[in-house]
Amino acid sequence: MSVLVNKNSNIIVQGFTGKEGSFHAGQMIEYGTNIVGGVTPGKGGQTHLEKPVFNTVQEAVNKANADTSIIFVPPRFAGDAIMEAADAGIKVVICITEGIPVQDMVKVKAYLNNKPDCRLIGPNCPGVMTPGEAKVGIMPGFIHNPGRIGIVSRSGTLTYEAVDQVTKAGMGQSTCIGIGGDPIVGTTTLDAVRLLMEDPDTDGIIMIGEIGGSMEADASRWIKENATKPVVGFIAGQTAPAGRTMGHAGAIIGGAEDTAEAKMKIMDECGIHVVKSPAEIGITMKTALAGVKA
Amino acid sequence: MNLHEYQGKNLLKEYGVAIQDGIVAHTPEEAQAAYNTLKERTKSDMAVVKAQIHAGGRGKGGGIKLVKNFEELKTESSNILGMMLKTPQTPGGMEGPGKQVNKVLIAEDAYAPDFDACEEYYVSILMDRERKCNVIIYSTEGGMDIEKVAEETPHLVHKEYVDPTLGLQGFQMRKIAFNLGLSGQAFKEMTKFINSLYKAFIGSDASLFEINPTLKTGDDRIIAVDCKVSLDENALFRHKDLEELRDTSEEDATEVEAKSYGLNYVNLDGNVGCMVNGAGLAMATMDIIKLSGGEPANFLDVGGTADAARVEQAFRIILKDPAVKAILINIFGGIVRCDRVAQGVVDAYKNMGDAIKVPIIVRLQGTNADIAKDIIDNSGLEVHSAIQLQEAADLVKQVLA
Repeated sequence: MSVLVNKNSNIIVQGFTGKEGSFHAGQMIEYGTNIVGGVTPGKGGQTHLEKPVFNTVQEAVNKANADTSIIFVPPRFAGDAIMEAADAGIKVVICITEGIPVQDMVKVKAYLNNKPDCRLIGPNCPGVMTPGEAKVGIMPGFIHNPGRIGIVSRSGTLTYEAVDQVTKAGMGQSTCIGIGGDPIVGTTTLDAVRLLMEDPDTDGIIMIGEIGGSMEADASRWIKENATKPVVGFIAGQTAPAGRTMGHAGAIIGGAEDTAEAKMKIMDECGIHVVKSPAEIGITMKTALAGVKA
Repeated sequence: MNLHEYQGKNLLKEYGVAIQDGIVAHTPEEAQAAYNTLKERTKSDMAVVKAQIHAGGRGKGGGIKLVKNFEELKTESSNILGMMLKTPQTPGGMEGPGKQVNKVLIAEDAYAPDFDACEEYYVSILMDRERKCNVIIYSTEGGMDIEKVAEETPHLVHKEYVDPTLGLQGFQMRKIAFNLGLSGQAFKEMTKFINSLYKAFIGSDASLFEINPTLKTGDDRIIAVDCKVSLDENALFRHKDLEELRDTSEEDATEVEAKSYGLNYVNLDGNVGCMVNGAGLAMATMDIIKLSGGEPANFLDVGGTADAARVEQAFRIILKDPAVKAILINIFGGIVRCDRVAQGVVDAYKNMGDAIKVPIIVRLQGTNADIAKDIIDNSGLEVHSAIQLQEAADLVKQVLA
């Protein structure tokens, strides 16, 4: 088993016929992901990558039983695309798009408050991966290995780094969730950790955060009270200066509480296996698991 | 993207927010003309000369001067224009080199004629990350450092959250005005001020408005005396007019150049440069440099296409910093193939001839990592290669020793 996406997910691609959408849809199909079609307004009725194109998400839901969507729509239209998916009854909406205006996301979040059955992952994220079943994102498939470690991360390539270390250490992944690097994201670190904590097929969780905001601290406090499996944590940006945005719009140190040091201290106090070096994520997970089983 | 005070005030004015009157000047002559024009409007000899740079605390470094007559205006505007202004927020703080002042705002003395009847307040608007909505923060303790007020007298800092679907409501504007202790005409003025200010915030896709001080004048008007405005870079596509206000002379020259190549670069104070794909991995790479005994000289995200042209641009950007003693390239090749990146590194290195005088460590992991390592190792260049992140860290330690 796994969380969020699996081999039975009926997945559509919003922004299907665009350059990014086409390329990554092709990669996902090649991995064996169950892509049932895509949406590009005005191109409904056509066929693309041997899959049907729909004008609206609603049409994709009605005709192809879509329950999951991945969004590659440009930033200025992406907020609208998320709301369209939620309105059509899509259960899991994964938004890859980077650069959505913050005020658009403020509106989207408010809209989603009235759609309790819809879960948004992202935006500005690499997507969600359940190895061997469904690759719903832009991550390289081959570094993954089906297994029992869940990964939650705000970053793209740093997630791949963690995945690779887990695989090289002889383990595999249950589901990897890229929650995204923006100030407002649909699924928080805590939400994602909780999903993996409740997943019977996940034995350990790797939580990768970065400077800015309080998501890691919130998750840590929950973990302290509710953890049933080991959690390994890393915070990127220990050397980042205050007040500067480091690539991700959400990665900015605003106060004393959102520095890497402060977050790592809280994580440590909450019983998380904190790694200082990003090179030790995989090996620390292995040791942590051994400790639990012994 | 940050605006100058005078640009921010112009933006506020367009939305009907009352502001301290003023005229921007680039030369002493312009400053004198501005003073005369302003004098006709205010019927007062008093004025304020305000240095226009992107940093707060300008008064502390002598960047804001009250002048009582034309002679004083001439002296102060000539002094301030061209000065290297040091404030607690300029690079290096009060000990640093300061920032050159290229523009001054000649502004009315909004506190005249009845200084004692004036009151200063603090008002700011920003997006609250926890609640995922906009918040108006306000206080009776204007003109001061709000972080200090929040720490010492937290009960004097109020917050009003705005419902994203409904927008700012009338009762909220009234609540703010009441909490600031206002009544009569000043109360009405404050509700109007807050209403217009919030419209300006939404209308410009701002990420921060800070109006400190917000002034109640002797005749009960509410006006913005200073303003700090930051705009959401991601929303500039719908604000072409605001995008034109960008003052690149206020930004780090190398960062501006990097941006023109599509590289996301932040200059730092260390000795090991780095070139990485992805923001999170870039921050993690900076951290590993520190753990290996170095200090990161920069943050640099090359993005998804790490080809020879891009790698060469990134090399040139990093090498502009004379403090750089080594460069660590860390690429996790997923969609982008490592052998292509390796070839890019080799080509860029060869193209640059003698320009590279520091050791280079290349860590390529992911698609075709082994082929990439062979390309680097067989290139005959002074480049160290690694596949595992730990190996790269060890190499950094080795070249710094």
